[in-house]
Amino acid sequence: MKRLITILACASLAMTLATAASASTLDDVKKRGMLNCGANGQLPGFGMPDSQGNWTGLDVDLCRAVAAAVFNDPTKVKFVALTAKDRFTTLQSGDVDVLARNTTWTSSRDSQLGLNATAVTYYDGQGFMVRKDLKVNSALELNDATICVQQGTTTELNLADYFRANKMRLKTVTFLQLEEATSAYESGRCNAFTTDASQLYSVRLKLAKPDDHVVLPEIISKEPLAPFVRHGDDQWFDVVKWVHFAMVNAEELNVTKANVDDQMKSDNPEIKRLLGTEGNYGEQLGLTKDWVRRIVKNVGNYGEVFDRNVGQGSPLKITRGLNSLWTKGGLQYAPPIR
Amino acid sequence: MTIGVESGPPKVPLLRDPKLRGLVIQILLCVALAGLVYYLVRAAAANLERSHMASGFGFWNQPAGFDISQSLIDYSSSTSTYGRAFWVGLLNTLLVACIGIVLATIVGFLIGIGRLSSNWLVARLATGYVHLVRNVPLLLQLLFWYSMVLTALPDFRDSVHLPGGGFLSNRGLFLPAPELGGAGPVVMAALLIGIAGVIALALTARRKWLDGRVAAGLGVLLVLALPLAAFVASGGTWTIDYPQMSRFGMRGGMELLPELVALVAALVIYTGAFIAETVRAGIMAVPRGQSEAALALGLSRPLTLRRVIIPQAMRVIIPPLTSQYLNLTKNSSLAVAIGYPDLVQIFTGTVLNQTGQAVEIVAITMAVYLAISLFTALLMNIYNARMAVRER
Repeated sequence: MKRLITILACASLAMTLATAASASTLDDVKKRGMLNCGANGQLPGFGMPDSQGNWTGLDVDLCRAVAAAVFNDPTKVKFVALTAKDRFTTLQSGDVDVLARNTTWTSSRDSQLGLNATAVTYYDGQGFMVRKDLKVNSALELNDATICVQQGTTTELNLADYFRANKMRLKTVTFLQLEEATSAYESGRCNAFTTDASQLYSVRLKLAKPDDHVVLPEIISKEPLAPFVRHGDDQWFDVVKWVHFAMVNAEELNVTKANVDDQMKSDNPEIKRLLGTEGNYGEQLGLTKDWVRRIVKNVGNYGEVFDRNVGQGSPLKITRGLNSLWTKGGLQYAPPIR
Repeated sequence: MTIGVESGPPKVPLLRDPKLRGLVIQILLCVALAGLVYYLVRAAAANLERSHMASGFGFWNQPAGFDISQSLIDYSSSTSTYGRAFWVGLLNTLLVACIGIVLATIVGFLIGIGRLSSNWLVARLATGYVHLVRNVPLLLQLLFWYSMVLTALPDFRDSVHLPGGGFLSNRGLFLPAPELGGAGPVVMAALLIGIAGVIALALTARRKWLDGRVAAGLGVLLVLALPLAAFVASGGTWTIDYPQMSRFGMRGGMELLPELVALVAALVIYTGAFIAETVRAGIMAVPRGQSEAALALGLSRPLTLRRVIIPQAMRVIIPPLTSQYLNLTKNSSLAVAIGYPDLVQIFTGTVLNQTGQAVEIVAITMAVYLAISLFTALLMNIYNARMAVRER
């Protein structure tokens, strides 16, 4: 009951008080000297504090990049750990400026929830994990299976749709928290566990015997993960969107954390525009001329961030796949800065 | 100058009239409160409007699309609406509350009486139970029982075969289910009428128009014979749906979810400890002379307890017992932690997330819990009034 009351208080009361705060998010953030960022808190590779309390992850680094662009200091972020259930309410009420919490971009979230998805930072899709000894090779064999699922995501809907479309019978056990869902799966309550593929890899790492479990090849949904901002503040929407695009452009132009200072002297006109040695594209966004240098110097380009958090430089070892640059056969494509 | 006859109390200046002042303050307070509520509602509506968030109850008839592991009424992810999902959740909550209240009462009375037992071991065990259970948070106990159920029971591939075609595993208890076909609804209706008849009998039993044994026999007849007669009358044939083991689990039959077992166990054991203390307090509130008098009259100890002590203790027990029933019902919303599909899990969980209409959905859920609690309290108050001392 306490939880209900908390949500209601968030949803209605805070909403009434948020009126004053929503004039210009960028100004508010600058005035506050701190970016408020809603993150996951429990998902390795995307958003989780380590043993020293330092937040790391792909989503976390997006917020750090925004802070770097605004303050030239990636530590000026206050992270708020949000559950799948209260993440939107917290953003709507103005308690966070950006929601970067492995959240799927869907039409209803853009329209009905009054939010804007900024740009796709990770192309994901829902998959299944099963025990190896079940000898299942495809999700299409899972007729009659019991499946554990974490609630408060589009996961339940995708799951039911997939089984219905393939004329298979399904039993689901739905949990509020990821921990309880995975421990129920591990103790044999369910045959399979389903969630976004990126998350399956990190969940598998946390199981007692990761090698006894296998992620099935089927991806049953499109899950483009994007940071979200509130409707009605186009300037802030642009800032968050272009921070991601800047990181992708930096990777494409081979501007890295290590070489960004050398690249300031580059003659390549695209790099000059990117790093602000030519034109005032950063100022047009409400930032500074050297905004991209600040981002790359402090956080890195998209490829570096990917590798460090979820790619080959991390325990998750997820391949780039769909998240490769468009020049390498992936979907990561950023509009030009000019 | 003559002094007139004083009539009524002495005149007090309006400003210092306590009655008037009290009235004015109360009116001002009410107006301020109403104004505050009005402001909050209007501001929330305006903010929803400005942030282009949908509001209203239009979602109620939209298809739900997600699966629910236990439903007492027909529900399918392909055709049912959010409204249907709400009823499924509500019934699941009521199911847990009803089973929980009955069992917790039994456990509570046994332990409460046990604490006062002259048997050293029984009294100490009961005391230890109360202290242990009452001082550990319910959520932890719930998670404990759930992991106990899941780890103590075998994997479904090693299911225990029960006599008569049942299976027991950490997927739950699977039993053969009678399939009545077309006669089902008629038999169900007859059963409900039978239960209503028994309740009517019980309510009028005080008037002693029937001998106790006759009444009990009549009750059994109503519950058993009426549905049977209805079944025969509708000429129904029946089959049994046996649970079958399939590659990934069980198919068919009746199913008792491990989540339900764990939830009921945790709620009963936890609430039972509180009820035990209430019962103990009630019994100790009955003056010692009462039991001494009963024993002096030659009543046996069990009879003294049943006929003299408990009836008098009930007057003390019932009001706090009501609060425990309400607590149990509200605590059942912790179900969400272990994956039991109660109202909070389905409605303020999945439905809220899929529709995003937090204000409406949370308001509905709170109203439902309020209604359940008020109804429980009403029933208990009626019972309390019947148990009160009758001055003759």
